[in-house]
Amino acid sequence: MNYHFDFALILQSLPVLLRGLLVTIQLWVPSIAAGLALGLLLALCRLSKTPFIRVPSLLYIELFRDTPVLIQLIWFFYAFPIIVGVQLSPFIAALLGLSLNTSAYSAEIFRGGIQSIAAGQWEGAKALGMRPTAVLRRVILPQVFKRMLPAFTNRAIEVAKMSSLASVLSVHELMYQGRLLSSTYYRPLEILTTVALIYFLMIYPGSYLSMKLERRMASNS
Amino acid sequence: MSETILRVTNLQKRFGDLHVLRGIDFAVEPGERIAIIGGSGSGKSTLLRCLNFMESPTSGTIELDGKTLGRPVRGNPDDRLYPEGELCAVRERVGMVFQQFNLFPHMTVLENVMEGLVTVKKMKKQEARECALKELQKVGLADKVDAYPGRLSGGQQQRVAIARALAMMPEILLFDEPTSSLDPELVGEVLRVIRALADEGRTMLLVTHELGFAYHYATKVIFLADGVFHEVGTPDEVLKHPKQERTRAFLSRFTEFSF
Amino acid sequence: MTYLWDFAPVLARSDLLVEGLINTVEIAVISIVFGVVIGLALAFLKLSPKRALSYPATILIEFYRNTPPIVHFFWFFYALPVIANISLDPFIAAILALSTQSGAFYAEVFRGGIVSVERGQWEGAKALGMKQSQLMRRVVLPQALTRVFPPFVERSFELTKTTALASTLAYADLMYQAMLVNSETFRPLEVYTTIALMYVVLLVFASTLARVAEAHMTAYRR
Repeated sequence: MNYHFDFALILQSLPVLLRGLLVTIQLWVPSIAAGLALGLLLALCRLSKTPFIRVPSLLYIELFRDTPVLIQLIWFFYAFPIIVGVQLSPFIAALLGLSLNTSAYSAEIFRGGIQSIAAGQWEGAKALGMRPTAVLRRVILPQVFKRMLPAFTNRAIEVAKMSSLASVLSVHELMYQGRLLSSTYYRPLEILTTVALIYFLMIYPGSYLSMKLERRMASNS
Repeated sequence: MSETILRVTNLQKRFGDLHVLRGIDFAVEPGERIAIIGGSGSGKSTLLRCLNFMESPTSGTIELDGKTLGRPVRGNPDDRLYPEGELCAVRERVGMVFQQFNLFPHMTVLENVMEGLVTVKKMKKQEARECALKELQKVGLADKVDAYPGRLSGGQQQRVAIARALAMMPEILLFDEPTSSLDPELVGEVLRVIRALADEGRTMLLVTHELGFAYHYATKVIFLADGVFHEVGTPDEVLKHPKQERTRAFLSRFTEFSF
Repeated sequence: MTYLWDFAPVLARSDLLVEGLINTVEIAVISIVFGVVIGLALAFLKLSPKRALSYPATILIEFYRNTPPIVHFFWFFYALPVIANISLDPFIAAILALSTQSGAFYAEVFRGGIVSVERGQWEGAKALGMKQSQLMRRVVLPQALTRVFPPFVERSFELTKTTALASTLAYADLMYQAMLVNSETFRPLEVYTTIALMYVVLLVFASTLARVAEAHMTAYRR
């Protein structure tokens, strides 16, 4: 290889990239939290016996799952403000897009988890005289969380990767800083490889954890 | 004159710390039907599976037609290396029928039986089809050729598996507890097929718990325990007049066993 | 709502959107084909008992699975030409990014399918005298592939959605064409809603096809 790899530049760019990483995390963590909360609500709606509740939640979930995330982010930045009449900052638009996307996917995880809990559990708890909300909170959800932990971890990994799309809306997160630096210095190889490695270091631990969890659960059952 | 097909010398097999076969010596002559009996964990299945290299022997040699299989590994005279091509050639000549049938679920009955002929023997499709039909006729399943194995009873599946092995024209047939996973009422139909093969004078080795069948149709019975042969002889010697205490103890557990 | 929806200007430029849709399908199909080839190769490497083969495959798979696709797009478009001393057009760069990335995911899907085929099937095939390659082709892969069909389809849908990133390299896919139409019509709400629905229709259509194909493939289980 006769290409001269400029390591000094990487060191020099690192502070900027790490600042970007901080913004990435600011997008990532709240999106997961909001997505999970909303996802649980959606899952319950999706499982509702009332069509007026079930069908809209189903459409919402499918809409988010069947369109590219990039479009969702762009839609929330350019199209959504027209409906609500308020211009959103790129960060808020990205946060909104990522959270709602996460809610749709988590809803399906919750639904799968709730449905996988044997009917006997519901009956057993009801026989104790527990109200449905109490059954859900005390008996069903703790089991769902435990059983679906690997799925939620995988979702968190996907959200981390998706957050890089916020760069398209010029949110100053890791990918955006990487794109900016690589065009400023004309050194895409060094900068983009470094960006990839930073993402890898951020995401791989979760991925590894999820793999271990899945293995442990598989050997327990 | 002896025209021994298969000769096993000081065969040993270890799985980690477990010493399953501790030095087995025997020979198979043409037309012999050898029943191998013994308790669970005695190593009888492992022994059979070493003969067509479903398991690789830890040490010892196996000769087919006087030719020792594999080649020694340099630096370790006990260990032998078995090239894939040689093993495939051996397996073509030594057929096996498994306890769990191991039919291919994505192929019809006919395709299952044709598979080895077409893929391994490179036979033309039409010719393979005729061969396969003939074997299926023999096991009484000519009317099931287009069914998928999943639709058949255990007994029917095992008969297809026998037809599949037979179609390859093996010189020796290995049966690894062919009736052990069948419902009792299905055992008979499989044993009848095996008996017909015995009547044809085929060379076979049979690991089984069907002592009555072994008594009537084997030419030789081997009682295996703790990885060694405890008693070898005619069915009458081993099953009716066992000399070893260990053999008697094993046979006494088969209360329903009568001749 | 006071806003008046007006799809007329968008419909007037539907030719651009249809062209974009065709380009999206094209890039998706090509990348799925290459992705499958790469995925199978990686799966076999990872299953190899030789560490010299399995370790590099594992590293490659994990790297791609744990980094964002947009980084791959930019890396192939801007960084690869620097080391390889070539220039890539957006189409090629996007296909490289998509097929390697999905190859890493497909590899795990295929590997899971191959290991899920029972030991008895391998033994049944071996006992007939089949070589490793024949056993794979005739017995293990056909069964593994029907089993991995649902996750395979799911992964291919992810890939199809990821093709939208090709727009960031100025490849004229549906997303990029939408941006063009938007800059002509200044109707972002209508444009982006329209193409979102176009993606939905595309994926629903594809998933219907997939269901039919799956029913066909697994006919022997019934």
